[in-house]
Amino acid sequence: MDGVHDLGGLDGFGPVEHTASEPYFDEPWERRMFRVLIGSMGWMGGAGGRFRHSIERMAPEHYLSSPYYEHWLTGVTTLAVESGITTQDELERRAAGRFPLSRADRGVLPDDLTPHTEPRYSVGDDVRVRERHPPGHTRAPRYVQGRRGTVVRVDGTFNIDDIDAHGGGSVADPLYSVRFTSHELWGEAGSDGDVVHVDLFERYLEDPQ
Amino acid sequence: MTAEHHHPAELAPVEARVAAIESVLVEKGIIDPDALDAIVQHFEDNLGPMNGAKVVARAWTDPAYKERLLADGTAAIAELGFEGPQGELMVIVENTPDVHNLVVCTLCSCYPWPTLGLPPKWYKAPAYRSRAVREPRTLLAEMGAVIPADVEIRVWDSSAEARYLVLPMRPDGTADMSEEQLAGIVTRDSMIGVQRL
Repeated sequence: MDGVHDLGGLDGFGPVEHTASEPYFDEPWERRMFRVLIGSMGWMGGAGGRFRHSIERMAPEHYLSSPYYEHWLTGVTTLAVESGITTQDELERRAAGRFPLSRADRGVLPDDLTPHTEPRYSVGDDVRVRERHPPGHTRAPRYVQGRRGTVVRVDGTFNIDDIDAHGGGSVADPLYSVRFTSHELWGEAGSDGDVVHVDLFERYLEDPQ
Repeated sequence: MTAEHHHPAELAPVEARVAAIESVLVEKGIIDPDALDAIVQHFEDNLGPMNGAKVVARAWTDPAYKERLLADGTAAIAELGFEGPQGELMVIVENTPDVHNLVVCTLCSCYPWPTLGLPPKWYKAPAYRSRAVREPRTLLAEMGAVIPADVEIRVWDSSAEARYLVLPMRPDGTADMSEEQLAGIVTRDSMIGVQRL
């Protein structure tokens, strides 16, 4: 989905609030949430597309205004309610207050659920990223959809997140690192010489015309 | 009264929300917090940039190791004992006099846990994620890393399976330093690419 999580290239966030080193957890609840998440991995089927999409479905204003581990909290809790092991009412009773969850999953499975195991592209091939803008989970950032790039690495085949996240199981797809010039991505605002690499599944790609 | 569902007006504090979902998961037998404490402690004690620094120092002092590292990062890093979740497919990108590499995850927070630990807050925040792919040179200069105009910047958006580690250039004046001493000067930021040593 073209959600608020898909941040590449957006303007307006200001300077990076950099720290040279910091503890993993500022607050005890952050450590506690990390612990909950680690423990829930098996139940969730890993921290892959299904979990990530539960965060991507957060209300945009909630996503942008909440600390990182609150994203994990909201995602895991949304999955728990959706799976039927608890209800929002019950959680709000236990927490003694409002407990915002993520929005409903609008994802749909693609028609082709067959594994693809033979890479179609090789290093040096030019490709174009399909403009799919799917309603569900994808690892094709919006800023590269429709853009042309060159394959620089073939990583083998992996379980494609778009299908796994929406109940289609583990389906193999070749994975590539694709290089884009800054001008291809940002037009006149791009800079000479700089390049951006994005790791993209073969199902995101097509031959450039 | 209406049949419409009403949520409490007051947002529950985040601490109370974490406690609420944790209690549900414990009651359902999904998690055992006491058993999990050891795992969290392992993250805090054993995972962090001190591991990546050892990889870099080895690559600086052992040309054969560096060759293996660039050819198969996952295997070469495992030689030093670092492997596990978020380190299953490691790709090392080497800085040279002509190339500077920068790592980001625009979609979430992907980061090489075995070699760098858990990511810092700024790495997961919108400012870094939005700008690293759009204006890396300006961003780096703001963060104190001025990249000469004739040096190409290569950004790596870890959008899928690979996790990236930058191999910084060995600084001048370090010829007499031991591998252990070298590991001591390698910073987390230099391995993300937001700093030049």
